[in-house]
Amino acid sequence: MTTATIDKAAPTRKVKYGSMSRDRAWALRWSYFFLVIFAIFFLTPPIYMFITSLKSSAEISAATNPWWVFHPTLENYAGLLTSNQFLRFFWNSAIVSIFVVTITMLISVPAAFALSRMRFWGSATLATGVFLTYLIPETLLFIPLFKMFAVIGDWTGIQLINKWYVLLILYPTLTVPFCTWIMIGYFASIPKELDEAAVIDGASWIQTLTRIFIPVAFPGIIAATIFAFTVSWAQFLYPLVFTTSTDQLVMPVGIITSLIKGDVFNWGQIMTGALLGAAPPLIIYAFLMDYYIAGLTAGATKG
Amino acid sequence: MADVALQPNRSAAQTGRKRSSLHNALKRKSTVAFLMTLPLLLLIAALVIYPAFYAVHLATLNKSMQRFIGFNNFEFLFKRETFWLVVKQSCIFAITAVIFKAVLGFIIAHFVHNIPAKGQRKWRGMLLVPWVIPPAMSTLAWLWLFDPSYSAFNYTLSFFGIGPIPWTGDAMWARFSVILVNIWVGAPFFMIMYLAALKSVPEQLYEAAAIDGANWWQRIWYVTLPMMRNIIAITTLFSLIVTFANFDIVRILTAGGPLDQTHIFATWAFRIGIEGSDIPLGASVSLFMVPILAVAAIFILRDISKRGNEA
Repeated sequence: MTTATIDKAAPTRKVKYGSMSRDRAWALRWSYFFLVIFAIFFLTPPIYMFITSLKSSAEISAATNPWWVFHPTLENYAGLLTSNQFLRFFWNSAIVSIFVVTITMLISVPAAFALSRMRFWGSATLATGVFLTYLIPETLLFIPLFKMFAVIGDWTGIQLINKWYVLLILYPTLTVPFCTWIMIGYFASIPKELDEAAVIDGASWIQTLTRIFIPVAFPGIIAATIFAFTVSWAQFLYPLVFTTSTDQLVMPVGIITSLIKGDVFNWGQIMTGALLGAAPPLIIYAFLMDYYIAGLTAGATKG
Repeated sequence: MADVALQPNRSAAQTGRKRSSLHNALKRKSTVAFLMTLPLLLLIAALVIYPAFYAVHLATLNKSMQRFIGFNNFEFLFKRETFWLVVKQSCIFAITAVIFKAVLGFIIAHFVHNIPAKGQRKWRGMLLVPWVIPPAMSTLAWLWLFDPSYSAFNYTLSFFGIGPIPWTGDAMWARFSVILVNIWVGAPFFMIMYLAALKSVPEQLYEAAAIDGANWWQRIWYVTLPMMRNIIAITTLFSLIVTFANFDIVRILTAGGPLDQTHIFATWAFRIGIEGSDIPLGASVSLFMVPILAVAAIFILRDISKRGNEA
């Protein structure tokens, strides 16, 4: 950076440009300084989770330096990964997330295609309506939904409350509107000539969607999938309200309700559980960061 | 455009071969489009719009949900001191957290934008981690950091002679902690949005400003901020909705305590409606979120349609 600016400078005005590049070097140093401070602030909790997860409960209650592990042990990991209860939470979370991602994509991709390409009566209003539903938070709906499912249980005998599959009905309300919205954005950016060519070649609408739109908008589909997965993995309120028996719980609620027993906090295990619960989204993020960020910014920048 | 190109093609196909009317209907564009959006419509109607109106209905029933009592639930709430406490706390919580998130996100985005392009990816990736971890899990880490007897923060602060701080025990500190965790979770989102917006500001504008002798503050005030106004507005409004309706952080960190002093609408509605099994009263509490959410939503919609017209 600095050498480039000096090279460009005319010889007569070297002093002036020199001071400017010195300013820039200082700005750069300050930027790094503050970035390091912010990085410390942002990464302290996850790192502290990791530190605590390596400690035995004896070391934690000895109240030695909390930022250092004197006798690292994997007993917390071994304890959780062999506990049937914990594996059950993990399994429930995985099943729910995979099903919800599938349901979400099956609903939102065709809908986004229809709303962005097959203009029909009310399609523009409907697209706005989809975005509006995305703005309705789950904290507004959990009480009426709870009562609704209780009433359905009374009338039809289908027990939905306290069964993990009730989450398969609830989570799509959080994922589908946003996924539809960003897919509308991605589909709208595909040039019209492509589907015109497909129609001239005799492709039906379904074929246009599966052969042209899905392959071309594949990055958008990955971004939407990641979003749906992260939301269903992280959701806390719905499972807390709708499931209570330990064998029906998903990861976040399971860790909080089962590892915290009364006033006894086994912090080593809680932190290990929290870290393992945070691992799947973090791993996906580490490998597919660009798609993740694309999905995040698409919601507000597209449309 | 597509319709024009396709119309003769399709009518020729239709006249050429005889098909049953059902088959024709299925081939028609509007029918196909309707069938494709039908699952979405059913989902939204049954699980979002219906429950929203059902909440209004529930709010007018008595505790056992057998009798219509009109606005009695609301009157009861207005007379309770805790309710006004919750209103006040929700507003303080949402406004303070959103302002700090927006300012912090803006500052960090600038620093990331300042450094050479090849290092930006690494920093951006690192700084977005709080947003990626499920909030329920990271709040547990904060709860442990704030632990009354083993707090790692108090351990560190004791070296500077700052006495043990009751992070979640004292009302003011508990509010501070809840807001701090919320900022920690939300600031990276602002950072990412602003960074995307900063990249779209043309470099020539800064060069022109530099030639005119603008200092860095003037460059931010007269170039960066006006260019980013749209994205700032939409991100802030969006975050306002999410923060106002927040549940996870308060629930795990303080569960509303000490003495209801950190309850916000969502956690209080949960406490009354689910834990206290007074569903109508809980529904009434959560309905109070609607006005603020509606105002924010209207502004967002206005912004989006404005941008749609520009494009």
